[in-house]
Amino acid sequence: MKIVNLKVNGVGRTFIARPETTLLLALREQLGLTGAKRGCAQGACGSCTVLLDGQPVVSCLVPAVTVDGSDVATVEGLADGRKLSDVQQAFLDGFATQCGFCTPGMIMSAEALLDRNPNPTRDEVNEAISGNVCRCTGYEPIVSAILDAAERRRAGANL
Amino acid sequence: MTLLRGRGYASVNYPTGMNLGGDPSQALIHATTMGAFVISLSSVDLGQGLKTVVAQCAAETLGMPMENVIVDTADTDTGPHCMGTFASRGTHRVGNAVIMAAREARDVMLAVAADELEVDAGDLETDGTGFVRLKGSPETKIHIADITLAAHFKQGRTISGRGIFLKERNYPVPETGEMDPDSCQAHACTVAEVEVDDETGVVTVLSLHNAYEIGRALNPAMAAQQVEGGGWMGVSHAVFESTEPYYPASRDHGPVDFCEYLMPGPAEIPVQSSVILERPASNGPFGAKGIGEMTANAPIPAIANAIFDACGVRLTTMPFTPESVLRGLDALRA
Repeated sequence: MKIVNLKVNGVGRTFIARPETTLLLALREQLGLTGAKRGCAQGACGSCTVLLDGQPVVSCLVPAVTVDGSDVATVEGLADGRKLSDVQQAFLDGFATQCGFCTPGMIMSAEALLDRNPNPTRDEVNEAISGNVCRCTGYEPIVSAILDAAERRRAGANL
Repeated sequence: MTLLRGRGYASVNYPTGMNLGGDPSQALIHATTMGAFVISLSSVDLGQGLKTVVAQCAAETLGMPMENVIVDTADTDTGPHCMGTFASRGTHRVGNAVIMAAREARDVMLAVAADELEVDAGDLETDGTGFVRLKGSPETKIHIADITLAAHFKQGRTISGRGIFLKERNYPVPETGEMDPDSCQAHACTVAEVEVDDETGVVTVLSLHNAYEIGRALNPAMAAQQVEGGGWMGVSHAVFESTEPYYPASRDHGPVDFCEYLMPGPAEIPVQSSVILERPASNGPFGAKGIGEMTANAPIPAIANAIFDACGVRLTTMPFTPESVLRGLDALRA
């Protein structure tokens, strides 16, 4: 058992973690943030993707006690009140979701991509979400939405 | 090494619903005091969008905005009966049941409104924004929130409705085999273009062109996505997914998780174009047929035919692996 301090979506959170508590479990069960989903629980489906100090990680494989003091960003932290982030809005406008189970992970992978590469090619988008499995959409609307979000973000930056 | 291109097509007609012991689904609807309509179902929305389309069916029938409809698919222990989500039956069966329930609730809603407005219910209409109004005299109107308050606190009535769709069991005619096993059939055709590498045997699906006749697309965006998402799954079945080589005899060597189970990712998707044709089915909700499962069907034989067109190898077992293509090419050269 260890006390873990995290900054989650900009807010300091403290909780007690057992050695086997994953970051995903802590987020969902202890901090009440259920956006990140538990799909395969072995790092293969990407539905639990969050940003850990800005890097996308599969939170089901991260022991919570190993990330004490880190910054964590989850899908819950993207919107500003009722105003969605550019990636979220692009997913909504482009209907890049069907059942929605992969969506939070897809969006966090997309956020990480656009943070480091504001002008990605289609191949770079494909690579960025290659760890995120979607069984509904056939990926095309998701890839298009991420490219659309990149364009919106660049347009916004130029204002 | 040569990259061989080929094109093939396949078409499918697909039944909506099934024919075991009869195929019923039921729906209940009631108005809350605040003027919302709650649809109670046991039918499951596991991501296919059933809650959206039945809310559309209810809103259209009631003449109320979508925002006023709440779909509650809580619990098969306590909800109205539903056979389940399978056989591409949800939109058709549950949609019809919801329309029937909403019609009954609408009649009560108009009767309550008529008493409040002191007019004949037959002279009332809905305006789609939440008001019931007198035909030809749109200023004589009452909002649904006031209708439900009046029903609950003054008139002592429930605004509610019951709905069922039942496809009765049908038996074949012994002499001819003729029978009526389903309610309607949707139709589709897919043209696939592939590239076959004659050295490695790898099949790349370049494009899928889909045409679907689905009765009525209740939600065109969701229908289009079902067609293309299903197309992706068809590609996946055709050239990727397999529990081979040992399933089900042994689980010692086959894929056991997403790390080993091969699926196409975003870099392996074909270009898709899709056309939806609408020829309303007489017994469908607003003419809709089911298109859930069929969307993964046509791409598979279309891809098999395209492989044959590209390199002359006729494959009949999925998935069409590099090994099966190379063995086929060897047999042709022998």
